[in-house]
Amino acid sequence: MKALLIRDLRLAIRAGGGFGLGLAFFLIVTVLVPFGVGPQSELLSEIAPGILWLGALLACLLSLDRILALDWEDGTLDLLACAPLPMEAAVSIKALAHWLTTGLPLVIAAPFFALLLNLPSAGYVPLVLSLLLGTPALSVIGTFGAAITVGIKRGGLLLSLLVLPLYVPTLIYGAEAARRGAQGLETSTPLFMLAGITSGVIALLPFASAAVLRVNIR
Amino acid sequence: MSLWEYANPVKFMALSGRILPWAAWLSGICLVIGLVWGFFYTPDDFRQGSTVKIIYLHVPSALMAINVWMMMLVTSLVWIIRRHHVSALAAKAAAPIGVVMTLIALVTGAIWGQPMWGTWWAWDPRLTSFLILFLFYLGYIALWAAIEDNDTAADLTSILCLVGSVFAILSRYAVNFWNQGLHQGASLSLDKEKNVADVFYQPLLFCIAGFVLLFVVLVLLRTRTEIRARRTSALLARERMG
Repeated sequence: MKALLIRDLRLAIRAGGGFGLGLAFFLIVTVLVPFGVGPQSELLSEIAPGILWLGALLACLLSLDRILALDWEDGTLDLLACAPLPMEAAVSIKALAHWLTTGLPLVIAAPFFALLLNLPSAGYVPLVLSLLLGTPALSVIGTFGAAITVGIKRGGLLLSLLVLPLYVPTLIYGAEAARRGAQGLETSTPLFMLAGITSGVIALLPFASAAVLRVNIR
Repeated sequence: MSLWEYANPVKFMALSGRILPWAAWLSGICLVIGLVWGFFYTPDDFRQGSTVKIIYLHVPSALMAINVWMMMLVTSLVWIIRRHHVSALAAKAAAPIGVVMTLIALVTGAIWGQPMWGTWWAWDPRLTSFLILFLFYLGYIALWAAIEDNDTAADLTSILCLVGSVFAILSRYAVNFWNQGLHQGASLSLDKEKNVADVFYQPLLFCIAGFVLLFVVLVLLRTRTEIRARRTSALLARERMG
């Protein structure tokens, strides 16, 4: 398991692995929003939590098809299917690697991008906390989507169509926690819900992803 | 004699062929009675005027939009557990009907909402969760269309249907949390003493029965078409081989 994780991380960090692509996308979204809605700082600080969450979600989405597509093409997945490691563990590791290379950098970068959008100072801790709790769910759900579409040529668009509705609950609770934090309200309820979704998804969805992958490899 | 006998396509075709004309006539009769009665022989509502009559399309289609998904969930489970092809094909056949029902519910709701709420659309929990349901249907249909191999497609869409159901329910409660509603509470339920006033209630029951039967007719028809399409492609494949 450790070997697979290290391998995935190495592949992702190397040139052409797409590391930093999500981060750059996140930056661009954050920079483009003021051009779209105007530079008034009150308006920006009001919509900042939502924009940051949406940017993180889209940046995550952008890199989803990389989770499995390359391994599918060069036959690594077939090897993994024959390996003693159960498929459920393999997809969990894949999701973890995706989170470490995409989700975690987003969480770390979010406070700096929040500066650009003039987020109220009370909002920083809830924002980071909600992203920290929510992005693992995005990676795990995304791995499920990637597993479904892995056998389809040019499945990227279908992948987003399938995954975006699944992202709705996470986005609602995450953005709500960040928004409440920015307004200085109590954030524990949405954060608990977010943590619940993430842990439920981590516990259950790898079984679905593994089942789907087995069907695709068959 | 058990339900599983009809997993055999030949038996299914025979039975559905016999049921189909009856169900079609019954559905037509129910719909005509319900709609004509509802549209022309019920009084206008005290406050809502004649717009209240859109209930005869809105409520049954909204009911069916959810129930079609439930039916797809059951047939998907049957496919995953017992691998009856007819079941998978029925799920495939039901999805486009479900998407149309969802669309009817959304559109009639918007048409009613414009004069009553003063807006075509509001980000109300019920409206939003229906929109999300609509997206789920689209994803499901797109996945069926994208995969060439039939069994793989059936497997993948079934699992998507299971996972999607969980997330659809989650979203339903999440949007509740996110915004308080404009939409009124349930106007029909079995455990309530008083539902909608009787004058409106009786034609509504006919409409609901008509919609359910219409769905049965359409799903049987579409499943039969799918089975025939399967047979044709099997024959063609055999011809190529021989």
